[in-house]
Amino acid sequence: MKYLDEFRDSTFVKNLHLKINELDAHPWTIMEICGGQTHTILKYNIEDLLPEKISLIHGPGCPVCVTPLEMIDKAIAIASREDVIFTSFGDMMRVPGSKLDLLSVKAEGGNVKMVYSPLDALKLAERYPDKKIVFFAVGFETTAPANAFSVIEAKRRELKNYSLLCSHVLVPPAVEALLNSKENRIQALLAAGHVCTVMGFDEYIPLSKKYKIPIIVTGFEPVDILQGIYMAVKQLKEGRHKVENSYSRVVTKEGNFLAKKLLNEVFDVTDRKWRGIGLIPKSGFKLKEIFSDYDAEKIFDLEKIVTEESELCIAGKVLQGQKKPFECSAFGSLCTPEHPIGAPMVSTEGACSAYFNYRKSRQM
Amino acid sequence: MNEENLNNLICPIPKSDYDRVLLAHGGGGTLSHQLITKIFFSQFQNEFLNEQHDSAVLNIGKSRIAFTTDSYVVSPIFFPGGNIGGLSVNGTINDLAMAGAKPLFISSSFIIEEGLEIDDLWQIVLSMKQCAEASGVKIVTGDTKVVDKGKGDKLFINTSGIGIIPDGVNIAPKNCKEGDKIILSGKIAEHGIAIMSAREGLTFETTLKSDTAPLHTLVEKMLEASKEIHALRDPTRGGIASTLNEIASTANVGILFEEESIPIAEEVRGACEILGLDPLYIANEGKLIAFVDPLAAKTILEAMHSCELGKEALIIGEVTSENKGSVVMKTSIGSKRIVQMISGEQLPRIC
Repeated sequence: MKYLDEFRDSTFVKNLHLKINELDAHPWTIMEICGGQTHTILKYNIEDLLPEKISLIHGPGCPVCVTPLEMIDKAIAIASREDVIFTSFGDMMRVPGSKLDLLSVKAEGGNVKMVYSPLDALKLAERYPDKKIVFFAVGFETTAPANAFSVIEAKRRELKNYSLLCSHVLVPPAVEALLNSKENRIQALLAAGHVCTVMGFDEYIPLSKKYKIPIIVTGFEPVDILQGIYMAVKQLKEGRHKVENSYSRVVTKEGNFLAKKLLNEVFDVTDRKWRGIGLIPKSGFKLKEIFSDYDAEKIFDLEKIVTEESELCIAGKVLQGQKKPFECSAFGSLCTPEHPIGAPMVSTEGACSAYFNYRKSRQM
Repeated sequence: MNEENLNNLICPIPKSDYDRVLLAHGGGGTLSHQLITKIFFSQFQNEFLNEQHDSAVLNIGKSRIAFTTDSYVVSPIFFPGGNIGGLSVNGTINDLAMAGAKPLFISSSFIIEEGLEIDDLWQIVLSMKQCAEASGVKIVTGDTKVVDKGKGDKLFINTSGIGIIPDGVNIAPKNCKEGDKIILSGKIAEHGIAIMSAREGLTFETTLKSDTAPLHTLVEKMLEASKEIHALRDPTRGGIASTLNEIASTANVGILFEEESIPIAEEVRGACEILGLDPLYIANEGKLIAFVDPLAAKTILEAMHSCELGKEALIIGEVTSENKGSVVMKTSIGSKRIVQMISGEQLPRIC
């Protein structure tokens, strides 16, 4: 398959493997931000190909994982109502709230539907005018434009029964929070290629300068990841710290103009809680006031729902790269993909789930 | 059993687990296995069931009989390459074939939702008739129930089947041995993706068809070539990953296979990439995986290549003494990783 096979080619992988080893690494710590990258690293066991001195830590870029518990509880409260059809991407269905998950709500008779696009939720709004159709808008700058478009479309089609439960999060503020942390040990970053496809990589330049850290815009296939690691290690070796783009087949400096215009039109930047990390200022999107008719948090009475997180789960430390999944006492025993305690065990992009599915134990 | 004993029969799935059945309990993955092992096996256990075979193998008089049952709840009931009727006949034939049996007789039970169009039912029954005739099996008994609108989903079909196992054939998951070669009969994941393309709410177009087909003739040819076939499975729900895991766990052996050896049609790969699905976990309805003696592997492969349904058969891996109970894959870039059983489901109701 064109544009995929080339980036999974074992000859290219071997060449990069050799080039990275030739650089004679120091003990460097590199964080890949995106859960999609974590998934590839574990799926292809890429750490096996790296010098032992280089350690990879897995960042907070799994949208399912960072959606706060409180928001899941709000989703469950809405989905349990008889007048609602609650729609969501499949991954969110199994994320445990404080008591239930959306799949359990469905099993108890709630009208919960998995969709592949918010536009499918709009179709439901047209087909069932007597029901309120709510779409769970989670994710980073990547999923936000399509969700923004669904609101514009709902308005254009004069649909009064469509709303978003909006829990969008933004990458750069989270990266800054991690770099600011006292426990930070990140020496280079692989930026999330698809977030940069939408937003460009301008906003990472000040971060790279301020924290003197190489940031490489990186794709998602094995060759992409190794190329990103190679460029990061090369900068570290040469004592440089710049933003470089290793995913230029998709990412430009300015990003996707139309998508950014949509985001500006529909969303305002807001403070947002991150599951396992806590409140990060200006790290999320909320619907603008003029779209409040499409804001599920304003339509439904949800203010009473305030939730604290389980102390057993170390998801926050995993999402900040301070702990590996198997350092959690619940990993693989109390917490499994069938019965996740923490969100990183739910999505295939979650670090805990990727470790569980592809490694089983720390030996492999 | 007195009332006190009955009260002591507590559900062995811990209370912390789901207290209701989820769709994922039927997905062919870990949750399905938990339900089957903890609820059904624990109470029904006997020497036949404990074999965990696609068919029970029963000694009746001097004959060895294979006996199996399966329910079909696929949605939509018509899909590219077939319908629920043909699937229900082929599926049961295949379960019998996986014990090396010659399929003979099939039962069919219909649970019909009020409102199903008679013409649809007619098309489905015609398809069952054609599949049965083509495979030389007879549908010899059946049952019909109609349920209220909303209490079913158009049509559910249960088929059971019996077949006779020839002398000298001894195929069972537990017979897998270290060194066995693992043969896959053709391209994977076509049924699951074909169903998905026809599903409401998913709009992608493909010319791909379900691979639904009866496998008993292929198995017959393989057995004519050599009796050194230790285990056979048709990787339906849960895909080849779940099937390999089932065998690794039942036979307590390790399994190593190569990612690059797994044949996948470009359209299936494309659909999987777009939808974020792993083809290793997607259902097949006309493929088999065989565990065979390494010395007989070449002969069996040649026999498979002479059949239409086995012309693309190839060796994908082998049974190892390492990593007992686990499946390990050598990835396309040369590293190794575990392939787990699917936990819930990738696609609901694919068979």
